[in-house]
Amino acid sequence: MFKISGEMTIYQAAGLMAELLAALEDCGGVLQIDLAEVTEFDSAGLQVLMLARRGALARGVELRLFAPSPAVVEVFGLLNVAAYFAGPTDVIAST
Amino acid sequence: MDLQAALQTFIAESRELLADMERALLGIEHGAAHGDAVNAIFRAAHTIKGSAGLFGLDAVVAFTHAVESVLDRVRDGQLGIGDELVVLLLSCCDHLSERVEAIAAGRLQDDEPPAGAALLLQLGRYLEPQAGAEARAEPVVLDGDAADHWHLSLRFGPDVLRKGMDPLSFIRYLGTLGRIVGIATLADALPADPAAMDPEACYLGFEIAFASAADKGAIERVFELVRDDLSLRMLAPRSRVADYLALIQELPEQPGRLGEMLVACGSVTERELGAALALQGSEDAAPLGRILVDSQAVPSAVVEAALTKQKLAGTERPRADGRSIRVDADRLDQLITLVGELIIAGAGTELLARRQQDGELIEAASRLAGLVQEVRDSALRLRMVKIGATFGKFQRAVHDMARELGKEVVLDIRGEDTELDKAVVEKIGDPLLHLVRNAIDHGIESAAQRLQAGKPVRGRVGLNAFHESGSVVIEVSDYGGGLRRERILAKAVECGLVEADAVLGDAEVFELIFEPGFSTADQVTRLSGRGVGMDVVKRNIAALRGSVGIASRAGEGTTVRVRLPLTLAIIDGFLVKVGESIFVVPLDMIDECIEFSTEPGHDCCNLRGEVLPLVGLRRFFEIEAAPARRESVVVVRHNGRRVGLVVDALLGEFQTVIKPLSKVFDQVSAISGSTILGNGAVALILDVGAMLQGLPGPARVHSP
Repeated sequence: MFKISGEMTIYQAAGLMAELLAALEDCGGVLQIDLAEVTEFDSAGLQVLMLARRGALARGVELRLFAPSPAVVEVFGLLNVAAYFAGPTDVIAST
Repeated sequence: MDLQAALQTFIAESRELLADMERALLGIEHGAAHGDAVNAIFRAAHTIKGSAGLFGLDAVVAFTHAVESVLDRVRDGQLGIGDELVVLLLSCCDHLSERVEAIAAGRLQDDEPPAGAALLLQLGRYLEPQAGAEARAEPVVLDGDAADHWHLSLRFGPDVLRKGMDPLSFIRYLGTLGRIVGIATLADALPADPAAMDPEACYLGFEIAFASAADKGAIERVFELVRDDLSLRMLAPRSRVADYLALIQELPEQPGRLGEMLVACGSVTERELGAALALQGSEDAAPLGRILVDSQAVPSAVVEAALTKQKLAGTERPRADGRSIRVDADRLDQLITLVGELIIAGAGTELLARRQQDGELIEAASRLAGLVQEVRDSALRLRMVKIGATFGKFQRAVHDMARELGKEVVLDIRGEDTELDKAVVEKIGDPLLHLVRNAIDHGIESAAQRLQAGKPVRGRVGLNAFHESGSVVIEVSDYGGGLRRERILAKAVECGLVEADAVLGDAEVFELIFEPGFSTADQVTRLSGRGVGMDVVKRNIAALRGSVGIASRAGEGTTVRVRLPLTLAIIDGFLVKVGESIFVVPLDMIDECIEFSTEPGHDCCNLRGEVLPLVGLRRFFEIEAAPARRESVVVVRHNGRRVGLVVDALLGEFQTVIKPLSKVFDQVSAISGSTILGNGAVALILDVGAMLQGLPGPARVHSP
């Protein structure tokens, strides 16, 4: 489980991406990202998640976004991107 | 770049663009292909807006923006461009011209004057969603109804996030203006290799179906802050499916993927898109479903290349001609003046060489003279401009005048490629305009009269220019009722211009309309008929060393013929001597030179059976010197009239630079300027037209 807390914006994007890519390498097939404690979520944050999904697809890793916080849900709803993350798995579990 | 210099460029460019815009608008009125014309108008407005933005001319930006928005709707096919809109856009064009002139005069930050506000209001009416009522919107809807909402394609630039702006906030804000019906987020621009991604760059694009009553401008304003970092495309509600296809083609992503996105956000249905693609008949016509499946993964390199291409395209501006440069007219004038001095100095050298009788020196001097002449010709050619631009301006004038007088008139322009000196072109505009005005007001009959005479209701005014023996002839013809000889004569008698029992030829009668205060119009219209004008026209043309003549046939029309010198700077002259004074007669006026022979006391002679009036220059200029033993006569022709000038000696041709006379000699008529000869002597240039004016009993040659 990869847990992201607090802001998930352009300020954290670079660091988060590095951590996520590393996590993808050694997650062993399934990577769960816990979004329950994300307080702020912007386009940069979204892009990090999108990239993570790409990386996961490329590596054959199953990516699960877990328990998105209201901030994340709002953006997913606004941009209609939930489907993007809806892979073959039950990606977005609600709390 | 120096801001002031840049501003001058902006002003010059705007003037040209506005002229283009006007021409295109008038073209529409005359039934030219709408598409090109609308594009030209749009481009003009768009470029002015862009440049005005650079200088912070906010009022101009706002105004052109409104014009552009209306044109956008025309381009989208939502608005038909009818008479009313053309007139409105012409007014906008005028308004912008005024603004540009105000800027040229240094008033940069004027607020929008009331006239502009009124125009904005009118433009606004065309931007209302339901403006279609009066504007013949013609959306061709494939398969019934196309989407009843705006479609927005957003592609954010990579720097948006770094600049502290979030695409999300714009989309949220957009939501306050209406309802986001559907949205598809495109992350195709994300690099395939995660390591290549810049987490702080923005890669997002959106296709949005947006239901709103807001106008295009309002929607665009949502994205005002990211204007530079956003590629925004909009399709208006009820756009044709073909427009969506065009949009797909324009966007960087692969067509299939975009099609999917458009379907996803609900702007088009899959069936519509499929049908439209099939209609196009290209390889795109593959079943949409397959395209969509095939193109799940888009190579990001392609996308990036497309994005870069797009950005470049955004910054490119259509350049009329990269091979021409702008030169300050004053510098050109200075060059011409110097070339003039060079000619004089060259002539001096040649004269000296002859006097020295040094063969080599003479040869060198004559080679120099040849080169100087070439330099002169090239320098003069620099100042030559086509008269087409001046003629083009009349389109608008004719349009306005005809409208005001309730006549239908087309302007038939020929010879617009004829070149003449810029200084002449600039000064001939007003007199010509007056002639055109007269042609429409007095020449072209009213619709009822035309019908009665069996002519088409739509009248024709012709403007024609061509070169003829060293001068330029401009003809203004109307194919109207012709001058009414009796009316003119009666009026002339009434004004005391001619005696009641005078017997005059047609040409002489017609010439009367150039007399000051002469008008036969029954009604004084706003345009003409107040009896000021033709005399001023004649005077202005004479000031350009030109002449004007008139020919007319009842029921067939009137042609006014203006003859102008090619240039004002240099003339080919013929030197004559009277006593110790040397005069220059413009060569193009000279018919021939003959030996002087007449009965004493007569001031005319017999030229092959025709009476040739003679003017003795000695007497005319009161030169006190004994007559030469053998005098000569120079036969000059002016305005269809031949006169002999009696002189002591003929000195031959001489190319001469005209030096205007100083103000002190303003009162001197019959002399139009001076020149300096090779030996340093001053020669006076004869103004033949002015000399002949005082002559009674004109003898005419046949053709005017």
